[in-house]
Amino acid sequence: MTALKQGVQAPDFSLPATPDQKVSLSEFRGTPVVLVFYPADWSPVCSDQLSLYNELRPEFSEFEAQILGISVDGVWCHFAFGKDRKLHFPLLADFEPKGAVARQYGVYREREGESERALFVIDAEGVIRWSYVSPVGVNPGADGILKALEAMAKDEKAAGD
Amino acid sequence: METSATLTQPVSARDHGEGPADAPLTLVEYGDYQCPYCGAAYPVVKRLQKRLQKKLRFVFRNFPLTQAHPYALIAAEAAEAAALQGKFWEMHDLLFEQQTAFNPDIILQWAERIGLGLERFQDDSKQGVVEKRIQEDRQSGIRSGVNGTPTFFINGTRYDGAADYASLLAALESELELRSA
Repeated sequence: MTALKQGVQAPDFSLPATPDQKVSLSEFRGTPVVLVFYPADWSPVCSDQLSLYNELRPEFSEFEAQILGISVDGVWCHFAFGKDRKLHFPLLADFEPKGAVARQYGVYREREGESERALFVIDAEGVIRWSYVSPVGVNPGADGILKALEAMAKDEKAAGD
Repeated sequence: METSATLTQPVSARDHGEGPADAPLTLVEYGDYQCPYCGAAYPVVKRLQKRLQKKLRFVFRNFPLTQAHPYALIAAEAAEAAALQGKFWEMHDLLFEQQTAFNPDIILQWAERIGLGLERFQDDSKQGVVEKRIQEDRQSGIRSGVNGTPTFFINGTRYDGAADYASLLAALESELELRSA
């Protein structure tokens, strides 16, 4: 299974973000979206990948980029985790059917039953402009995401001139 | 595809460093004073310094996770303000050694303990120069691929292994071998 690459239209999806709210990718048409697939909530570090992105919200909002976290955990798990880590972006439950969206993006790990640690930066038209799958044990940080967002912003500006 | 991230801002005179500037090994840590993992890394770094002596230069840069850690920023400000009076390492060390005791009310006591001019310290803590410095560290960290705290860079390359003594020592020693080959 290989991750979807740049140039591909990002598959739309609709996943629960809270026990009674669903979020669709297409809702965010018009702004960049950063999809953060990660294996599971509650990894035992205070400074994990999601806390990092939470910290960098000012940098992301400069590009008006929306961050969406996705794992196979259920909504209540996400609720507790998001609260514990004080996360200020939605965590989506790729729970039922399990890993369906991760599969659509080519980032589901069948044996483990979890998604890869993968990043997709999607532009305002819904096209994937950058994707990266990190080795499972390595937190990829934010520099790749920011570079992609900057490149997109430059292109837009050039197109507008 | 990228393997490991690299430091975008090389170590320079602006940095807080312990050890010779021309040491064959430079270990940079981006850290958060309230992060328990950085707290755990503190004695590890001390041991590494003891073991590697003049072969190692250790540099600390700020990466406060202000969303997760309510005191991270004030702690960073305290250390950078102490730096303006020439006592960065004294404050850095104290912050980690007494990590669990830290709260905003105790900072002045600690500043006094390490011999800082208190009025100046208080003024400096809130000054633009301290804020700017912490921001610079944060930006260089983001660009360099800091992915949590602590994030270590060995001779400019992000270290992705475990933050225990044995693993770090092994990585440092193998970097040493590489350079002398």
